Amino acid sequence: MKILVCMKQVPQKDAPLKLNETGAWIREDVSYEVNEPDAFALEEALRQKEKHTGEVVVITSGPARAQQVLREALAKGADRAIHLEDNAFVGFDAYNTAKAFAAAIKDEKFDLIFTGLQSDDYGYAQTGVILAELLGWPHATIIMQIEKTDAGIKVKRELEAGYFQFVDMPLPAVLTIQSGINKLRYATLIGIKNAKNKPLRKVALAEVQSAVGENLQKIEKLYVPQKTKKTEHIEGSPAEIARKLVDKLRNELRVL
Amino acid sequence: MPETILVVVEQREGKLNRVSWETITAGQAVAAATGWPLEAAVVGASAASIAGEVATKKLAKVYAIESPKLEPYTPDAFSAALKQFLTTKPPKLVLMPHTYQVRDFVPKLATAMGRTVISDCIGFKHENGRLVFTRQMFQGKLAADVSFTSDAPWFATFQNGAFRGDQAEAGATAAPVETVSVEIAVNAIRNKPQEVFKEAKQAVDLTQAEVIVAVGRGIKEQKNIDIAKQLADALGADLAASRPICDNGWLPMDRQIGSSGQTVAPKLYLALGISGAIQHIVGMKGSRTIIAVNKDSEAPIFEIADYAIVGNLFDIVPPLIEEVKKAKAGG
Repeated sequence: MKILVCMKQVPQKDAPLKLNETGAWIREDVSYEVNEPDAFALEEALRQKEKHTGEVVVITSGPARAQQVLREALAKGADRAIHLEDNAFVGFDAYNTAKAFAAAIKDEKFDLIFTGLQSDDYGYAQTGVILAELLGWPHATIIMQIEKTDAGIKVKRELEAGYFQFVDMPLPAVLTIQSGINKLRYATLIGIKNAKNKPLRKVALAEVQSAVGENLQKIEKLYVPQKTKKTEHIEGSPAEIARKLVDKLRNELRVL
Repeated sequence: MPETILVVVEQREGKLNRVSWETITAGQAVAAATGWPLEAAVVGASAASIAGEVATKKLAKVYAIESPKLEPYTPDAFSAALKQFLTTKPPKLVLMPHTYQVRDFVPKLATAMGRTVISDCIGFKHENGRLVFTRQMFQGKLAADVSFTSDAPWFATFQNGAFRGDQAEAGATAAPVETVSVEIAVNAIRNKPQEVFKEAKQAVDLTQAEVIVAVGRGIKEQKNIDIAKQLADALGADLAASRPICDNGWLPMDRQIGSSGQTVAPKLYLALGISGAIQHIVGMKGSRTIIAVNKDSEAPIFEIADYAIVGNLFDIVPPLIEEVKKAKAGG
């Protein structure tokens, strides 16, 4: 099976974020990491390849820093990488990102495309589904299990409130992968060494420009959310905090 | 083109998903702000009875969009049905709840129509004749006001709990219901879904819990779960967790709170090392009192906490266990 994994670099979970001068985006001088569901998507692709043979290709878009995500993926076992490299990609909406990806892979023949179910920055939960529609492929979202069948694949979709559903579908297909579908591996030293010699194709914005258009939606303003709740901070040494909290539990909340 | 708003409610196996009332409330609010008439649609193999239920609310009209191929749900059939309907009766704005099912088909539908979805919104603003939608970004650390730069129809989905379903206004008389049959080609549906099922042994029902102690990533290692358990035991509370903890197998899946787990509303929710990702918040924000302990002062959990303790849970929890035990012993 030939599998493409769409990956994204996002600010680290506990990175303090500051607005930039436009007020519509963050200052980019923060630490980054791979979008967590994408890491599970990559792991699943590697496991499928180990089971059925084939190739795992990883793709991302973003400035030079985003290459780190691809390097880590190659170190974990991906065979090659595609980097749509330009700062402009950061501001693409999901529709344009999917269009750029579709243009970058137009000469490839994948059986499966995986994305994480959503990104930790924009949180659209859309790019994978849009890509499927652009390619004319079927898709399934929030996937917790993938089995190859004679006719294609059988996937386990997570539904809400603890429900699941198996879905049979033909290939090629796009799947958005849920965190926790598998256990992530670490890159080995030999993997990291080998990654340096694996092919990484850079795609300039100009190469996909004709495929993308204006964004269909626009962030007008980014801001720290207004609190709707009054929060009381409890401060002091741990012992003091414990005493104050127990006082609240007993006298105000009456749970003790 | 008349400027109308269409709320697409969600039905599953012949039952209205209650979250749909929230979207009706949202639609009524947008209608009040813009002056645009509000309509609703139900999509399914037999949508008429749900359409009748929805028509009791203050709406100009309700459509029952029907085809036998809409049961069971598939993204291909739902997208095809709504595309057909929206192409013949294009509204200005289409609103839906941000459910797993909507997430599964609405980006496909919008793309098929060359349009876009502003997904997972928590509100809207109508200022100087412009409509913007508010959504959370960066896991809730920041909010964004987002506008459409494309032609109508515009698509937006609202997060579970963003509006109150019990505030959906009833109509003076029932809204007219129109049944619209759509044609879906046999080969248009590629996925073959099987029966929906629940994973065996949902042993733990947290929905009735009075007090919940919940742990998140901040607990760091499996062996540290024990101090949370000790605190829960001391408080007589149930132990729960955010998704990553259950993914790691540190606690069983049936103790997970959030969009993919249980939705709870205890008297007290004590969150230990939980950052407060949106998917977790939707499962617990109905709690009467929320106490959060997190070392990151900017963690989104503090946005909804009644009591905030910025600090290391490994420093805070052990003396807290002792104080609780003392208090219980009458000390």
